[in-house]
Amino acid sequence: MSQAEVALDQGVGVMEERPFAIPSSKLVMWLFIISDACTFGAVLFAYGYIRNSAADWPLVFERASIWNSLLMTFILVSSSLTVLFAVKAAKADDRASAFKWTMITAAGGILFTILHVREWLSLIGQGARLFQNPWGTPMFGAAFFSVTGLHMAHVVGGVAALIVVGLGYRAGHYAERHIEIWALYWHFVDLVWMFVVPLVYLLNMKR
Amino acid sequence: MSQQSHGTGSAYMVYGAILALAVVQIVVAITRGPSLGRMLVLAAIQAYLAVMFFMHLRDEKPSLRLALIPGTLFVLVMMNMIWADSFRLIVLRPFAK
Repeated sequence: MSQAEVALDQGVGVMEERPFAIPSSKLVMWLFIISDACTFGAVLFAYGYIRNSAADWPLVFERASIWNSLLMTFILVSSSLTVLFAVKAAKADDRASAFKWTMITAAGGILFTILHVREWLSLIGQGARLFQNPWGTPMFGAAFFSVTGLHMAHVVGGVAALIVVGLGYRAGHYAERHIEIWALYWHFVDLVWMFVVPLVYLLNMKR
Repeated sequence: MSQQSHGTGSAYMVYGAILALAVVQIVVAITRGPSLGRMLVLAAIQAYLAVMFFMHLRDEKPSLRLALIPGTLFVLVMMNMIWADSFRLIVLRPFAK
C-alpha cells in the first residue's frame, strides 16, 4: 500500500498532531501576542531609559487625567468581559448574540479611543508636541505619544478586526474560532494598558 | 482547543479583581506616591489574571504555557541591561543633554 493510499484510508493516523492541541490559527495569534509583548516591552523600556536619563522630566498629569485613565481602564476591561460573552455565544452557535457582544466590544474600543484622543488634544492644547513641550525635556512628547500612540493603534486595529469578524461570523463566512482568536488579541490590548497606566500616567502625576 | 470550562461567575470575579486593583493602584499612587515597584507588582497581578482567566491560558496544555511564558519573560528581563547606560547619562550631564 502506497503512502498516499495510507493517507486516504487512515488519514488521521498518519497526520501529525496539532501543536499544543490548539488550531494553528490560534497558535499564530499566541505567537503574534508574545512578539507584540516584546515590542511593547521595548517601547516601554525606551521610555524608561529616556525618563531616567533626563535631568528635567516633567510631571504633567493632573488628577483629571488620572481619573480619565481610570475611566478608560474601566471601559477597556469591561470590553474584555463583553468579548468573553461573544466567545461564549459563538461556542453555543448563537450567531445573533455573538454578533451583538462583538459589536458592544468594538463600541467599547471606539469609546476608549475617543477618550484617548481627548487626552491627546488636551496635552497638545497645552503645547505638547512630539519634540517640544513647555514643561521640561523635549523627549517627554516623543515618549508619551509613542507609547500611547502604539497602544491606540492596536485598539483601532482591534476594533476594525472585531467589526469585520463580527459581521463575517453573522453572515456565516467565519467560524467560532475566529471570534475566539480576535478575543485573544483584544485581551492582550487590555493587558498592555494595565502597564501603560502606571508607567506613563501614574509615574508622571503632578505631586 | 481551550476548554473554557469556567462559567461567567469566575469571569465576573476576575473582572472585579482587575478593576479593584486598578483603583488600588491609583489610590496608592495618590496617597503614598507612585513607587515604580508597587505599580509594577499591581500591574503584574492584573496581567496574570487577564492571561490566565480572560485569555484562558490556564486551560491550555502546560506545554503551551511553557512555550510562551519563559521565553517572553527572558526577553523582557534581558532588556533591563539598558539601565546601566541610562544611569551613565546622568553621570555625564550636562554633556549628554
